[in-house]
Amino acid sequence: MKKNKALLLSGPYILFMVIFTLIPLGVVGYFALTDPDTGAFTLNNLKNLALFLPTLGTSVGYAIVSALICLVLGYPVAYYIAHRKPLTQKILYMLTMLPMCMSFLLRTLAWVGILETNGIINTLLTGLGLPALELIGTPGAVILGMVYNYLPYMILPLYAIIVKIDRRLIEAAEDLGCNGVQVFSKVVLPLSTPGILSGLTMVFVPAVSTFYISQKLGGTETMLIGDVIERQFKYANNRNLGAALSLVLMLLVLVCTGIMNRFGGDEEGGVVV
Amino acid sequence: MSKELIRLQDLVMEFDGERVLDGINLYFNDHEFLTLLGPSGCGKTTTLRIIGGFLNPTSGKVLFDGKCINEVPAYQRQINTVFQRYALFPHLNVYDNIAFGLKVAKLPKTEIQERVQEMLSIVGLKGYEHRRIDSLSGGQQQRVAIARALVNRPKVLLLDEPLAALDLRLRKDMQNELKRIQQAMGITFIYVTHDQEEALSMSDTVVVMDKGRIQQIGKPEDIYNEPKNAFVADFIGESNILDGIMLADYKVKFFGRTFQCLDAGFAPNEPVDVVIRPEDIDFVPVEQGHLTGTVTSVTFKGLNYDIIVDFKGFKWLIQTTDYQAEGTTVGIRLNPEDIHVMKKSEYSGMFGDYSSYSAEYDELVEDADDEEE
Repeated sequence: MKKNKALLLSGPYILFMVIFTLIPLGVVGYFALTDPDTGAFTLNNLKNLALFLPTLGTSVGYAIVSALICLVLGYPVAYYIAHRKPLTQKILYMLTMLPMCMSFLLRTLAWVGILETNGIINTLLTGLGLPALELIGTPGAVILGMVYNYLPYMILPLYAIIVKIDRRLIEAAEDLGCNGVQVFSKVVLPLSTPGILSGLTMVFVPAVSTFYISQKLGGTETMLIGDVIERQFKYANNRNLGAALSLVLMLLVLVCTGIMNRFGGDEEGGVVV
Repeated sequence: MSKELIRLQDLVMEFDGERVLDGINLYFNDHEFLTLLGPSGCGKTTTLRIIGGFLNPTSGKVLFDGKCINEVPAYQRQINTVFQRYALFPHLNVYDNIAFGLKVAKLPKTEIQERVQEMLSIVGLKGYEHRRIDSLSGGQQQRVAIARALVNRPKVLLLDEPLAALDLRLRKDMQNELKRIQQAMGITFIYVTHDQEEALSMSDTVVVMDKGRIQQIGKPEDIYNEPKNAFVADFIGESNILDGIMLADYKVKFFGRTFQCLDAGFAPNEPVDVVIRPEDIDFVPVEQGHLTGTVTSVTFKGLNYDIIVDFKGFKWLIQTTDYQAEGTTVGIRLNPEDIHVMKKSEYSGMFGDYSSYSAEYDELVEDADDEEE
């Protein structure tokens, strides 16, 4: 009886998931494995993937670099917030979330305005009599866009874990002879591993599949797998290939998060969001 | 006794202008089991944290072996702590928790192994090396916490209500265990608790604290038998506390009657507090009694009955195995050794009246204590 009630209550969500996630997934799978012209079953779409392996590699590389930069930038921020007074914590938490209230597209476009050839930075530089820099269209700009957009996804899970680390554990470590550095490396860092893993996942997953950031801030050599997929649907009109690429990307993301989860589960027993 | 190890000098601690410790002067001897005893917010944990190096006193000094250690950080003190609710590292197993301090000190691997194994057998956890902390029971976690502190062979072990989270039975076992370990290893134990029975049964010396001040220091027997003021008398065990007048040495008057007592050294006719322990009172037939009263409530407590007797409007608690029915008129006799006379203090009149006695009183107090700090 109780079980049925729970099922009934979760019904709307399950229905939603079926209509908007499971069925589209099936459609992706269907297109990925059928011929564009005849609609017959084929593995040809997947064969073409080899062509896009370098792009896939670039995407993974960019996502990993962004996630790591986010970790290095985000950890001290999360640590700082977690050690403020409760009210200050709330305010800083809100401020961290604030950029997320603005459209992702707008935020990326704003960077275009800052970085472009006649953008804010170059105008300033030339105004000061300095040579203009080539900022937009570079890998650096793409990474910058990713880090800027996804940094909150790193800070928030880290903060959530660090704030829960028992003060007494830190005192216990001091009591047992740890100086500040040792307290951090032997207690705080190991205990924040679940937050680190979930932060890395939450940055890596959207970063590896993004297309907008690379299109606006990147150049020809920073074409990412997300761009390729988008192109298949919008311009090349080859949704079968697009679907096949999507499928592979999805599997890749699943494998990556799976590895991270396994790593976290074995080492620290942490839960990755 | 043995030599002095730690001395606290005029220790004052203020948090946001609120005075938590108000001039603590205290010394601890080597190999001593000393207990800081008091209710929530009396400053006992604060005192312990200052000794451990987790708090800096607002003023005053902490001397260790005669040297001031105010500026020495916690990690450089030869002191280890067993924290309230243990504070074991959840990411390490039992072995690594216990080995933590030794690894930080970079001892050779073989020595670490030897000392951890030795500790494991002392606390009775052999074979638990690879267990996760969260798979242990409260009592086992407690023992890991003790082992983790003692393995470093500190000169002093601080224990902050280490048994508060355990059930009664386990608490009794661990009390004996702790006492045994302390005697076997010859380490100074500074123990903080709000449980007077625990304090009395384990300690060499008990320090009773309230409102950031030391109320009394002494051996457990002395604290119980010769409380200095109404607070101590009430906090350590149950007490009936009455207003009296010290007519002369060995003569005290209360309830309009003069009694012989064993106390002296008061001014003639000095108003005093008179303590009568509930278990010291015996019922006698009414005609033989010094005082007669009416039984108003009887509660069975297992070992004895708690009987409330109304003497002319002032209610006493009497603990006896001698059952009396409610409503009976009873007589009591008081022998000189049953009467203890104390000087008046700021606590006079606040304690020792059982007019509002209820059987649940004890449990309510314990619940409130659990939420402290």
